[in-house]
Formats: sequence, C-alpha cells, structure tokens
Amino acid sequence: MIGELIELQTLEASDDRIWCVAWNPTGTLLASCGSDKIIKIWGREGERNWICKSTMTDSHTRSIRSVAWSYCGNRLASGGFDAKVSIWERQGQEFVLQTTLEGHENEVKDVAFSRSGLYLATCGRDKSVWIWEYNEEENDFACAAVLTTHTQDVKNLKWHPQKDILASCSYDDTIKIYIEDSDDWSCASSLESHTSTVWACDFDATGKRLVSCSDDKTVKIWQAYEKNNQQGIRSTNGVYPVWKCVCTISGYHKQPIYDVKWCPLTGLIATACGDNSIRIFREEESKQTDAPPSFSLIASNTHAHSQDVNRLSFNPKEAGLLASCSDDGTVKLWRIEQKLI
Amino acid sequence: MEVSSEPQNLNPTIYERSEERIVQESDYDNDVRDEIDRREIFDLIRSINDPEHPLTLEELHVVDLDGITIDNQANTVQVQFRPTIPHCSMATLIGLSIRAKLLYTLPTRYKVGVNIYEGAHIQESQINKQLNDKERVTAALENKHLCAVVNRCITTSES
Repeated sequence: MIGELIELQTLEASDDRIWCVAWNPTGTLLASCGSDKIIKIWGREGERNWICKSTMTDSHTRSIRSVAWSYCGNRLASGGFDAKVSIWERQGQEFVLQTTLEGHENEVKDVAFSRSGLYLATCGRDKSVWIWEYNEEENDFACAAVLTTHTQDVKNLKWHPQKDILASCSYDDTIKIYIEDSDDWSCASSLESHTSTVWACDFDATGKRLVSCSDDKTVKIWQAYEKNNQQGIRSTNGVYPVWKCVCTISGYHKQPIYDVKWCPLTGLIATACGDNSIRIFREEESKQTDAPPSFSLIASNTHAHSQDVNRLSFNPKEAGLLASCSDDGTVKLWRIEQKLI
Repeated sequence: MEVSSEPQNLNPTIYERSEERIVQESDYDNDVRDEIDRREIFDLIRSINDPEHPLTLEELHVVDLDGITIDNQANTVQVQFRPTIPHCSMATLIGLSIRAKLLYTLPTRYKVGVNIYEGAHIQESQINKQLNDKERVTAALENKHLCAVVNRCITTSES
C-alpha cells in the first residue's frame, strides 16, 4: 500500500461505548460523547499529548449519540436518545448549558450546524429532520422547519461546505437533499442506490460531490449535475441539481460501515466499519477527463479498535490528523501518511 | 412491542429438550485452549423463556443447534430462529432477547447476527433489519419497560 495509518495516541474515554467524536473548527479541541451520558472535551497538553480538558454531565438522561460544533467554535450541540438537544456555550475553559431544544418524539440521532451559522439541523427515530434558526438578539434557536420526507429512522446529517444545503441519511436506504426556497425548506432530491441503511454521508470540499456509506457494506460517490449541464443529464424537476451515483466501492468492508468522512484538506476518504477497521481511500488520477472516478485503498488498519468503529473526524487544520471512536470505549488519534511513488 | 395478555399461538407444539452437554476431562484443564463452539452458544440461548408461554425457546423449537454458526477466526456468531407462527408479533421481542442474552454473556470481540430462518415469518426482512441495527437495539435496551420484559425472558430459574 502507498500510505500508512499511524496510531498516535489512545484516549481512554469511557467504560462504555463512544458514539461520536468531532473536532472544533480550529482543530484545537476534540469533543467525544457516548453511552455514559458524558461529553468530554480533549485538548493538547504540550506538543503531542492530548488530555481531557473538561467534562459535561447531567444534561442527558440517556446515551448521547452525537456532538457538533458551530462554525464559530463557541457553541456545541449534543443530541441524545432522551429526545433532547442540548446547546452549550463556551465560557473560557468551560462549557455552560445554554438551552435545551425539545420537539423530537424519541431518540435524536444527529445534530449539525450549518456553515453560515444560521441553522442547526437535528434528526431522529421519529423519521423527521428539524431545522432550527439561530436568533442572535435572543441568543436562542427557533424551529424553522420540520421535514418529514424520510419514511424511516433518520441517522445522519451533513451541511454543504458553503451553502445552506442539507443532506440526511436514513434507515429507509436513501439520502435526501434539502434546499431553502423563499423561506421554505423542501426536499430537492432523493438519492437512491444503497440496498440497506445509509449510516452517514459527507460532502467533498467543493460540495459538488457526496460520499455515503451503508449497512450494505458499500461506499458510494455521488455527483451533482446542475441544470443545463454539459453531460446532458436531465433534472426531473428542471430546477434543482440531479445527484447521480458515479462510483461504488465494494468488497473491502466485512461489516456495516458506520461512518465516512471526506477530508477537505487532502481529498482522502476514511471509513469506520463494524469489522473494527479504519480504511483510507484516495481518488485515482484519471487519464480521460470524462471517465468515471475510481478510488483505491491506500492505507488500512484492520484492528484499529477492538470493537466496532463508530465515527471519524478529520482535523480541519492539520492535514492527515484523524480521530476515531469505538464501542471499546476509546478515542484514538491517527496520522495518515501518503508515500510518494 | 407491547406484550398482550392473550397468547397468539394458543396450542404450540412442544419439542423434547436436548441432552445436557457432556462434560469432558479437558474442560477442567486450564492449559487446554478451548474455543467457544456452537453447542455453547446453543446452551446460552436454549433456556430463554418464550414471552407468552411458560416454555423455553428450545421446547418451542424456536432455536436449535443447526441454526447456529460460529467462526472463531472472524469472531462472528450467527443465530437463526424460527417464530412458532409466521405472523407472530413476538418475533422481534424473541430476537431481541437472544441478542441481549448473547450481548451480556459472550466476550465483546464477537460480532453477533440474529436472523429469522428464511421463509419463517411474513415480515422477515423488516425484523432482521431491526434486530441487526445496533443503534436501535441499544436504544431499545435503554427503554426501561422493554428491558424489563427482555430480562424476564432471559432470566432463568434453572442453573
């Protein structure tokens, strides 16, 4: 293989499952959460060592499934199986509970802030996606839309890297794209190709491509075709871009793939799998301009954790620094090295 | 998943229980590397109680030795079960009990799959998908009411 995944540090985060890890936008802090209902914030101590800087308890009464940072880095959202979304505000070294958003009927599965800082999206087992609008004067969030396009449990959310466009993945095997149109949010397209639960998706740096991973053990690359595109791909409604699956990566994963991330700095794709592995894929340079994209495995660790790997997070500032978390209760930090041929 | 008071299958067929596992001399020898086998998995789940009847899953032929596969190299365990009737509304609860029992007793390195025998239930694929979604299984077992029902099924009076 032409790359290497080097383990830097293991953080003993919990005795229980760790569901999620997320870097803050400056890449200086890492948040983790899990079944022990605790959020931990990890930061650097000296040059190499990462330690727990603060711990938030008593906010959720059940497993915390997901944590996300606002783009300004001063706010953190957490979503739990207790149907609640908590908003935390950074005050110096500490994080203080600012507000709790209620509305979901049962388990909240994911939370995500938009790049613009205007919106927070949440989703869950009640099949809905909620969009909350931030009001600066009141320093509070109000519900702007409840989207009920999915027919099953909604697992994961991802905002476009530049625009207020949202993608959601579901147990109904589809990905939906939502766009705001004259103050109204609606589903602009449905991406259908996976044959089982879509656990996660991620945009590339341009926002024109999307990667998704599934219980069907494949990873798919989707491409957006704007209206009047040169390839002549027709949009069904004539307005919104059409998303087409342009590549399927299969045969590598032995168990469900729980997370996929597309690094905006390096363009590498990383997957977190139920077979305890982390795999790194790189796009092959194409000889023809209109050839479909292809990806090859450049590095992997089949024993990255001793149990399922649940989530990954690429450090947004330090290229090749990756965080992972697992059912084994640990958070691990990795460095991806690409060798030149 | 509510438990009704009236059993759906009023007159289930009862099957004979299998012989106890024959204890070998080597079982007591700490120097013998003795991997978990199919029979041991079967012993873990055969005395799980049916949610409706005062009978075990083995006696109702819901589980049998043939439905179990284990691969110690890959650390995978597959359990197939057979609801007593093809429209059994208890199928998800039975599957969840099998899952919970193995989750609580097997070493964490095992990846466990629980599935209905092909063709044994009208909603086979939906139930299989639910039983093998670890996020939903975790959430279900955090639900106090459901967890109490599952614990009643997997707690056995015999040793």
